[in-house]
Amino acid sequence: MKRKAAGSPGTARNSKMSKIPLDKNKKYDRIGSFTILDGQKVTGEDVGNNFFLTKEAIGKTTNCLLQENSDFFKSFSVVIATQLPEETLLNLGSLLWSHNIPLLVCRTYGFIGYMRIVLQEHCVIESHPDNAHPDLRLDRPFPGLSQYVEMLDLNTMSKQEHGHTPYVVLLLKYLNRWKAEHDGKPPLNYKEKDAFKKMLREGILVNEHGVPEEEENFDEAIKAVNTALVPTRIPSEVSKIFSDNSFSNFNESSSSFWILAKATKEFIENEGQGSIPDMTADSKRYIELQNVYQEQARKDVAVITQRVQKILLDLGKSADTIQDSEIRLFCKNAAFLRLIRGRSLAEEYRPNTAKASELGSYLDDADSDVVFYFLLKAVDRFYTQYHRYPGNFDDQVEVDVVKLKVPALARFSKSGPLMQTSKKNTYMKCSAAQEVIKLITHQFVPFNNTYIYNGSTGCSITLQV
Amino acid sequence: MEVEEQCSESPMFVENKADDWSGRWSHIQKLLMRSGPLAHQDFEPGPQVLEFMLESAKILVIGAGGLGCELLKDLALCGFRNIDVIDMDTIDVSNLNRQFLFRPKDIGRAKAEIAAEFVNSRIAGCKVTPHFKKIQDFDADFYRGFHLIVCGLDSIIARRWMNGMVLSLLEYDDDGILDQTSIIPVVDGGTEGFKGNARVIIPGLTACIECTLDLYPPQVNFPLCTIAHTPRLPEHCIEYAKVLVWPQEHPFGVGVPVDGDDPAHVQWIFLKAKERAYNYSIQGLTYRLTQGVVKHIIPAVASTNALIAAACALEVFKLVSSCCNPLNNYMVFNDTDGLYTYTFEAEKKEDCAACSQRPQVLTFPDDATLKSVIDFLNDSPTYQMKAPSLTTMVDGKNKTLYIQSVKSLEEKTRHNLPKKLKDIGLVDGQEIVVADSTTPKAIICKIQFASSME
Repeated sequence: MKRKAAGSPGTARNSKMSKIPLDKNKKYDRIGSFTILDGQKVTGEDVGNNFFLTKEAIGKTTNCLLQENSDFFKSFSVVIATQLPEETLLNLGSLLWSHNIPLLVCRTYGFIGYMRIVLQEHCVIESHPDNAHPDLRLDRPFPGLSQYVEMLDLNTMSKQEHGHTPYVVLLLKYLNRWKAEHDGKPPLNYKEKDAFKKMLREGILVNEHGVPEEEENFDEAIKAVNTALVPTRIPSEVSKIFSDNSFSNFNESSSSFWILAKATKEFIENEGQGSIPDMTADSKRYIELQNVYQEQARKDVAVITQRVQKILLDLGKSADTIQDSEIRLFCKNAAFLRLIRGRSLAEEYRPNTAKASELGSYLDDADSDVVFYFLLKAVDRFYTQYHRYPGNFDDQVEVDVVKLKVPALARFSKSGPLMQTSKKNTYMKCSAAQEVIKLITHQFVPFNNTYIYNGSTGCSITLQV
Repeated sequence: MEVEEQCSESPMFVENKADDWSGRWSHIQKLLMRSGPLAHQDFEPGPQVLEFMLESAKILVIGAGGLGCELLKDLALCGFRNIDVIDMDTIDVSNLNRQFLFRPKDIGRAKAEIAAEFVNSRIAGCKVTPHFKKIQDFDADFYRGFHLIVCGLDSIIARRWMNGMVLSLLEYDDDGILDQTSIIPVVDGGTEGFKGNARVIIPGLTACIECTLDLYPPQVNFPLCTIAHTPRLPEHCIEYAKVLVWPQEHPFGVGVPVDGDDPAHVQWIFLKAKERAYNYSIQGLTYRLTQGVVKHIIPAVASTNALIAAACALEVFKLVSSCCNPLNNYMVFNDTDGLYTYTFEAEKKEDCAACSQRPQVLTFPDDATLKSVIDFLNDSPTYQMKAPSLTTMVDGKNKTLYIQSVKSLEEKTRHNLPKKLKDIGLVDGQEIVVADSTTPKAIICKIQFASSME
């Protein structure tokens, strides 16, 4: 994570509200450098709200660093826009979209938080999935694994060895026996898997009184039946990548992600992962088995590397454009690749591409927090019209409710409860910081593409607009 | 005590007003001076709400670490001024990447003290009182003095102890009706990598920590100071080899990171860890364990801490001001894949060992030994005790069955362990008193023999 984060310049617009703690969180997460751009002056309420401004700062201009110009923005990895007026935001959005620079839009309004990620394409190699099952290839054992398993004979082992034979070996041995008795087919349904478990259970050694010994490795094998016998197939997120349009537009400007994806696609049936789970085993045989998988993974990586080099040469690039370490990383995560395709702000706002009816249908559920999406848009319109936020002045709250309903109605023919105005939502600043880290490091998976947080209930929702 | 002194010299009210400036609280006042559709039904908007927060509300923050630093900052900016913070730790260099109130010059000093100094100097009028102590060093009178307690702890045992403490403060009348004024709400936050949770506990009324004990998996993270200075477990030795020795010795070349899938790497760490385990006479280090630890490192992430602390501080603000309903009552957060929160109402367990006011009935076979009772209390997901001590009454006299916490007593009572319950005089329905580090108040368990159930 450090590797990519260090030296990545990020920028933020309008440092007054959600911004400063976001900077703090980014700093603590090791972003190399960032630039703050703000055109407004510090007021008393900012100092009341902001940990990094002091009383003496009131009245000074915050970081009015640069006039907007397109070259300036091109130099950043990510741009964060906080509490920007709609018009400025749309201009900034279209500029960044055309230069393929991710934009994170952040808004807070009272107890409500809103974020929108605007990017064309985001590829993730290291998505760090939470519940990945080990890729054991028991349904299609590679020769090295088959040979190793055949080499071990459960019948001639000592009691100690028998109880410490890695469960992967047990599963494969019993699977071979099962297949021999069932026309070469593995246990397919619940009933057959139960019978297979029973077969494993019968393999546990018994003592002279006929009582089964405690063999933890067999328990592990039985527990693993449901997950380890799932046929190896390409995960849906990865198939999505393999069928993506990027392959038809494949050319010399394609990124290394797409070159690696192409090599993997060509290799598809055999890619290796080289990782085995922890299991009851003696160190020696555990390491041996681990080496068997590692060896296969090394072979697979070598084949992929050849393919990558060939693709690079075909594109007229040097064969070492993509480092071995990057290829290994890609292969190790091949099952967990992720691709996010985003929508531009222009698409979100343009009447013929806006998802008005789809989003409107959320409002059939009276409790849906999607109502705040519409309300925040109405607030933006309100600001454009009146140059202040609704509810800002105590004596105008009721008047503002009426005024706010007009743009809300004009656009969506619906209205919801009025919010109170206050910009206190550290929660959003921190979530924003997390997402920026994901965007810059290309690790973990960012949300797609709009996130709304309701601080009054502690609930949140993600939707695509 | 400190507060009283200040009061006698210059009224706090005037002092605070001098610290304020125009517009300072205008954002917060928009929430506190107006009612709205989101407000709590009893909410009465007006200047008295902020005044209460500034002048009277006393908040206790437990922990001044990753969550605690953020909590103190958030609470102070929300307008809370009378804040106490307890933390028994000192600042380590490894804290500096996320515990943003600390600077390199503070290393070795008490977290609570530095955090309080920093916040007090930065937020005008804020009075954070530090306690460089353990939570167990304070008694019920101390805890009773707060309106609300926020926990930013990294230990489940400490959480359980705090939970037991606030439950022990509850007062019931003769009809078993809870006296509402004896309730001190608890807001609790926890994080692990990119995951976290925040919850609101209204002791006696909503689910407590023990009601939901099965939500906590066994802890797998170790503080760096333990790894560096006081290893106890084989895991600590493995972390030591991986985190501290590896970057110094570069065993596979400069800058080569540890690869948990490379047997050579794991083997190297295994051997280094074994060396350290030998020096500290730590047993149980294996290659398997080494690999498990090397591959399951969960880093503390600065922004997750900040986020969970923000969610907790928001709940404190809502609970104290009533300007909005509190979280009901448990929020889990995960942002490894997208940004995901899930909010649900954790349910109060009717027979909860801590908050149900019911004696716990434990059923054992007729020939069960005392040891099997101890094992059950340790292993059962409901109790998860650490070193329970058991006493009971036999023939009107107090009888000690087994005490673990004091070495001499442990030796004297150890002979009871292999004995059958019936042989040490326990009868069906016998009440035993169980004390453990997970709770400040002993719990009463009723022993039931399996045969009596037929």
